Amino acid sequence: MKIDTKYFGEINIEENDIWHFTKGIPGFLDEKQFVLCPLEEQESLLIMQSVQTREIAFVVAHPFSFFQDYDFSLEEQIVEHLNITTPENVLTLVILTIKDSLLKATANLQAPLILNRENKQAKQVILHNTSYSTKHAITLNETAEEC
Amino acid sequence: MLVLSRRIGESITIGDQIEVTVLEVKGEQVKIGIKAPQDIEIHRQEVYENIKNENKQAVGFTVDIKHFLDGK
Repeated sequence: MKIDTKYFGEINIEENDIWHFTKGIPGFLDEKQFVLCPLEEQESLLIMQSVQTREIAFVVAHPFSFFQDYDFSLEEQIVEHLNITTPENVLTLVILTIKDSLLKATANLQAPLILNRENKQAKQVILHNTSYSTKHAITLNETAEEC
Repeated sequence: MLVLSRRIGESITIGDQIEVTVLEVKGEQVKIGIKAPQDIEIHRQEVYENIKNENKQAVGFTVDIKHFLDGK
């Protein structure tokens, strides 16, 4: 099917490209379907595009590319909600907030996106009792050079 | 907003499946216990608001992706 995107114009996607956020995400409770679009020349960053709303697209990152020590546990009710059978099936991404400078961004480590590759179910999980915040500084340019 | 007064150990029910209990009061701090179905999420209000606002900020900016990775 064709969808309209914020950064790539019209693109073609398959049903199994779609990640299902059955509860939406905080602030966007009606946005329940997203696809991940790669960004050329590197693999740490992606665009997460809403299937139904062109303007809603997030820059997301593989957190472990930037924060090697990033570590958290998933509560049992999340594991059940997403039907996670094995950790190998879990893809973790974090949403970046980009300020005026393209070189500086912050990553929301307090509420990672948890995606289950096995069934394409996904959720933004708010970590409880954590020292992680919504704004961890990262410098994007360094990564571009590494890749 | 419905306002009810409770003593320590007393509860409030919300709908059929949610129960909120005052567990302890220490000075200005109240410890609250919540029983709710697994699929209902419970968060400190300011934490949830913070995540919501961060998401909205994240979506608000339009990145120039052609030059995004150039470091310009």
